[in-house]
Amino acid sequence: MKCSDFLQELTNYLDGVLDDRTKTELEGHLAWCHNCYVVCDTTKKTIEIYRDSTLYELPEDLRTRLRSAIVSKCKSHKPEAEKA
Amino acid sequence: MSAIETNVSEPVSDELKLVQAAKGGDVSAFEQLVKRYDRNVFRIAQHITQNREDAEDVVQEAFLKAYNNLQGFQGQSKFYTWLVRIAVNEALMKLRRRRPERMVSLDEEVKTEEDSVPREVADWSPNPEQQYNQAELREILTKTIQGLPPGFRMVFVLRDVEGLSTEETAEALNLSIPAVKSRLLRARLQLRERLSRYFQKRGNGTNNAKPGDDLA
Repeated sequence: MKCSDFLQELTNYLDGVLDDRTKTELEGHLAWCHNCYVVCDTTKKTIEIYRDSTLYELPEDLRTRLRSAIVSKCKSHKPEAEKA
Repeated sequence: MSAIETNVSEPVSDELKLVQAAKGGDVSAFEQLVKRYDRNVFRIAQHITQNREDAEDVVQEAFLKAYNNLQGFQGQSKFYTWLVRIAVNEALMKLRRRRPERMVSLDEEVKTEEDSVPREVADWSPNPEQQYNQAELREILTKTIQGLPPGFRMVFVLRDVEGLSTEETAEALNLSIPAVKSRLLRARLQLRERLSRYFQKRGNGTNNAKPGDDLA
């Protein structure tokens, strides 16, 4: 397996959606190719850092304000009644 | 190395009941749905509009549109996926109104495969995020993700941050599944490359880049 083949499968590998045979081949490559190991490991960390980040959190007071605005507008715009 | 755990919330059995009740005009049932997903919609809107006031408007407009069009929700997809699609469209419309001179599209194809080839392969420190305080880290992450083309950024946000599946992301962004997969790979690799500047292991006496440093 070449590094470029490894890269093509990286997303599937990180998402755990590869068949066993391809997964074994990729892990065989990772065992000796330090660069691909680092790329794989740091890509995984990239995803985890973003997933765990508190980027663009909705503050609780704003959340309450938005929700009550939505609810009051919903009350004045009843949806079209469900057709049987 | 194990696969990444996704934070996809399982479709909850009571969700369809809430949707049904809301369809019948039960606003408190709809409020439960708002409470469940308002944070997600706000984050998605911020990632697209990059403006807090616009994101607030998008949250309101997306939920109202969802409420008024509940009859159109047939339950073939999850309510959340359907809602995200509405929110993405509202956010894009907002952006187009604000910056009509810059046509924003999620469809634009950017560069070639070349941009996915890793150039920076230095390993990172064991706990890279701990080298920075929270405000610095947030600035680094925001600046880095904002640098991605919008079509890549949204695939990454929906798949990796908001936990939608590949199929749901494709549906929400009106893209094909191969397009989602290829953009996700490129988005992940580009973010990794850019973050390496801040997080790579350094020898003694040298500092990693700070968020205020100019990005080369």
